Amino acid sequence: MPSPNETPSFSHLRDKALQLRRNMLIQAAGKGQGYLGQGFGLAEFFAALYFHELNFDPKYPQAPDRDRFYMSTGHYSIALWAVFAEIGLIPKDTLTTYGADESPLEMSTIEGHVPGVEMTGGSLGHGLGIAAGAALGLRIQNNPARVFVEISDGELQEGSTWEAATAASAFRLDNLVCFNDCNGIQADGALVVPMEPVADKWRAFGWDVQEVDGNALEELIGAMHWARARRGKPKVIVMRTRPGRGIARLEAREQAHFIRVEGNEWDTLGRELELENA
Amino acid sequence: MLKGRTLGMGELEAVENRASKLAPFATGAIAAQEAHGDVVLLTADLGKYTDTYPFRDRFPDRFYNVGMAEQALVMVAAGLARTGLSAYCTTYGAFATRRAHDFLAIACAHGGASVKMFAGNPGLTTGYGGTHQAIEDLALMRAVPDMTVIDPCDATEMQQIAEQAREMEGTVYCRLLRGNVPVVFDPATHRFELGKAKRIGSGTDIGFISTGFMTERCLDASAGLAELGIKASVLHCATIKPFDTEAVAAFAASVDKVVTAENHVLVGGLASLVLDALYANGVMKPLLKIGIPDRFIECGSIPYLQTRYGLTAARVREQVAQWLGAGAQAAE
Repeated sequence: MPSPNETPSFSHLRDKALQLRRNMLIQAAGKGQGYLGQGFGLAEFFAALYFHELNFDPKYPQAPDRDRFYMSTGHYSIALWAVFAEIGLIPKDTLTTYGADESPLEMSTIEGHVPGVEMTGGSLGHGLGIAAGAALGLRIQNNPARVFVEISDGELQEGSTWEAATAASAFRLDNLVCFNDCNGIQADGALVVPMEPVADKWRAFGWDVQEVDGNALEELIGAMHWARARRGKPKVIVMRTRPGRGIARLEAREQAHFIRVEGNEWDTLGRELELENA
Repeated sequence: MLKGRTLGMGELEAVENRASKLAPFATGAIAAQEAHGDVVLLTADLGKYTDTYPFRDRFPDRFYNVGMAEQALVMVAAGLARTGLSAYCTTYGAFATRRAHDFLAIACAHGGASVKMFAGNPGLTTGYGGTHQAIEDLALMRAVPDMTVIDPCDATEMQQIAEQAREMEGTVYCRLLRGNVPVVFDPATHRFELGKAKRIGSGTDIGFISTGFMTERCLDASAGLAELGIKASVLHCATIKPFDTEAVAAFAASVDKVVTAENHVLVGGLASLVLDALYANGVMKPLLKIGIPDRFIECGSIPYLQTRYGLTAARVREQVAQWLGAGAQAAE
């Protein structure tokens, strides 16, 4: 894993983001559907997190000094499985079983089924509080590991998120970094209850805030380095991401929350992914 | 019943001449931390009212107050547990089980997190009315998979459970008896054992099956019934889940008639558990259920409420005597 402040190879990270999208497409094609929009939107984030920032050895997913990553949006499991296949936590050939009966690759992240999954996500509004508790627990035990959590903009509608934000700020958890994926969509369509101004809300709750284009690797890496250097407060990186990013046709879809396409379209999407990212 | 004063919120009805002990939960939690060093105690703006201050004063760097935020209380505890610590939480049962239910179920029990929730104001131990009375908490918690549920009787058990909780697997919901709590069981001889029911007495006319502080009431009622020539014994079931089904069935088989007694609504609590256990084991005995009716209870002094809803020793004795006198097969 990388040492702090190491300059990343952006071409390497770009390749990883593309490979994550390929892995997600394999899963969605196997199942015939999936949360592809959100997963594609987060490909750069996951590439930057797992291939640059996170101190995590897939050979020892329970190592006490590992950085923790809590994914609160359990229904984005398709993105986590894409990462896990790439770092060797799960065999690549299981990707085709995503969402199938008896597959470990469930449509939501379930703790205890696949190593490396740190929390059950999907009942939304849980991740930030669990991450805050873990950050507190690590600090109490003088463990230098850091805690990262990904939450969505829809989760800002859950009151529990703000209870957790308050607690993290009150306890000055500066070993905690929240990535707030703002993709503007939720189950019923465009964000049905607007949550802007998101960055101002975080600031008001006592957090250090950076706002980035979540599909720009340079900005993501810059914000991660910023988060490493800041002390005294919990930190949040507000990521503006585009659902379906990586395939123009998906990005243009209005119904991007849960992607279904015609059965014969998957091959076409795969070709478009390669063409657009060539 | 104490005369001449109104009991404070959550204070148990003390029996004259019965010993009591102050803050048994805090004493047990302190002992657990002293012995093992891995306990963190959290509360949600009810530290003073859930006996946490003795722990805070002894271990200030292991005490956290998240403010009036029960969801954060449970989530933060779930995160602490994931780093290998034992997270003890306190708030009132009504808030823990109604407001933070999803978090106790998914963030804690679902992942087997070592979160131990100690929940104050169980049943009719507060006069603050429906908002503060956790009268359906046992039903809500026992329906959660992998959740351990305990309703202690007295100060001795409260202290022992607090001491043992960190060793109990996964997530635990335990009713909290706080303040000056009666001592019913001799701490020198009584040992709380998770999942084990305890028989007291050998009478076979009436078999009380009870949980929580109702065991104390049933023991006192038994003494009164003996004066009427009715011989009773008591099976104390402090652990609601896992439930000691075998002991309950064997106990019921050994007595003529069964009376269940709980400081909880008669929906989904002890009576339901006992009926499941008896049916499963083919034991059919006349049965009287004592507990809180299926409705929200009004505000009032604790002695008034406990008398009105039949939870005092005198009222338990009266209900049983009436039941036997009338020869009815069931009564409310």
